[in-house]
Amino acid sequence: MTKEKIKSTILEIIAQIIPDEDLSNLKGDVPIREQVELDSMDFLDIIMELRKRYGIEVPEDDYMQLATLDGSIAYLEPRMKEL
Amino acid sequence: MDYDVLIIGAGMSGLAAGIRLAYYGKRVCIVEKHYRIGGLNSFYNLGGRKFDIGLHAMTNYVPKGVRLAPLPKLLRQLKLKAEDFALCPQRISVIRFPNKTLRFNNDFDFFVQEVVDNFPRQADNFQKLLKTIFECDELNLYAKPISAREVVSSIISDPLLIDMIFCPPMFYGNAQENDMEFGQFVIMFKSIFCEGLARPQAGIRQILDVLVKKYKACGGELKMRCTVTSLKCASDRVESILLENGAVLTADRILSSAGYVETMKLLTDYDSSKLNCHVGQISFVESILILNKEPTEMGHNTTMTFYNNSDRFDHRKPDELVDVSSGVICCPNNFQFKNPLPEGMLRITNLANFDLWNRLSEEEYKAQKAAWLETTLKEVVKFVPDFRDSIIFTDIFTPKTIHKFAGHINGAVYGTPNKIKTGKTHLDNLFICGTDQGFLGIVGAMLSGISMANLHVLQKT
Repeated sequence: MTKEKIKSTILEIIAQIIPDEDLSNLKGDVPIREQVELDSMDFLDIIMELRKRYGIEVPEDDYMQLATLDGSIAYLEPRMKEL
Repeated sequence: MDYDVLIIGAGMSGLAAGIRLAYYGKRVCIVEKHYRIGGLNSFYNLGGRKFDIGLHAMTNYVPKGVRLAPLPKLLRQLKLKAEDFALCPQRISVIRFPNKTLRFNNDFDFFVQEVVDNFPRQADNFQKLLKTIFECDELNLYAKPISAREVVSSIISDPLLIDMIFCPPMFYGNAQENDMEFGQFVIMFKSIFCEGLARPQAGIRQILDVLVKKYKACGGELKMRCTVTSLKCASDRVESILLENGAVLTADRILSSAGYVETMKLLTDYDSSKLNCHVGQISFVESILILNKEPTEMGHNTTMTFYNNSDRFDHRKPDELVDVSSGVICCPNNFQFKNPLPEGMLRITNLANFDLWNRLSEEEYKAQKAAWLETTLKEVVKFVPDFRDSIIFTDIFTPKTIHKFAGHINGAVYGTPNKIKTGKTHLDNLFICGTDQGFLGIVGAMLSGISMANLHVLQKT
């Protein structure tokens, strides 16, 4: 998957969890939870969806690396490039 | 391994945990010893009528569109829609004490105004209390328990107002006698007063049907009439699960909603001296009355009446079979339903003493139920219009009934007063969810199952 495709995948997953939020202006370098109403349980579901859809395992210690959109892309790129 | 996760009990928490785990691909099995799901919130049929156990009303009701509250949170976690529970809001409820009445509905500002109007000298203190409540992080699993009575009485100086505020939260979710843990008080205060009460037209069946359908659609397995007789322990783990029918199951992790002490007693290495947990004492008698007319026809328009007729409100195991000096009168008809319920109904809940009920012979048990019904009715007609001539059918359940069907020691509806908030036990793969984990009420129970499934399974594997 390309970086662009990874980004659109993450946004699509977030949109599925919180369909009422506008995600079009999400900044890449600011924590996602500071920009949209996403609680810790919702955040967990982003990680769970990645596992469900693509079999990507994110250990609990790495959760913080997915706090921003840019961080998520950087973290996921090596893990999703074969997909 | 037969399963990734085995869940004991198909009540609100077990089903909610099951949905989370099955949705995310875990091999899950829920074992339920009863022939009916629901646990402490269940239902039965009698004489062609449908009755609910547990649920008077769902707390935590917020209108569609509100996002950051427990109810929408749990709907998102369970991948359900707000419409699925088909909740209809209450009309109006009251807290009635000698010479004082406070009304509340699902508009929190209305309740605040009621307090200010009835206790003008406490108006500033009440605002201070609200500030303390809103600043509390009640869902913090690692917070030290503190006394709600101490916190509230350090802010509010009128004991009558204190007792009136405590009455609904205690009836709807307090395992402790006389006092309440402050975090639990905040949860209940918000869920009843700040959010609100609602009920599906079809009662608890609606909620349970939605949960069980979702669970099965996600691939979860449910074994009914399936009793766990013991959990075999080996080196800090539960190694296998022995069932009453002789079968042996294995699971990587186990979530038990059977209650903490109840679960510990299943362990092959059970040692009562290691238990640092008290068994709950709070149980209830519920009198269910079918009327030959709509309660509104008798001038009864309130949904819930929380009453107390003595100087102080005592929330404890009574010295007699039943304590009729305080109670809850629920009118299931008085929600904003699209169609009226088939018959008029009142449900009266009073604190009761399990040991005394349990000691009676079968004959005495029947006689005492009839006698206490009469005593109860005599008391409650001081707070609602006298409906005694309109009763066409009665049924009563006692702490003994609750013990029989839900398996909780002492029929303790709200479980142990010492909650295991982290859900952890001394065994690495055994966790507690539901009543004894700490979130009470129907929404609380579902959130308990969800958070324990998240914390101990989904985040770890």
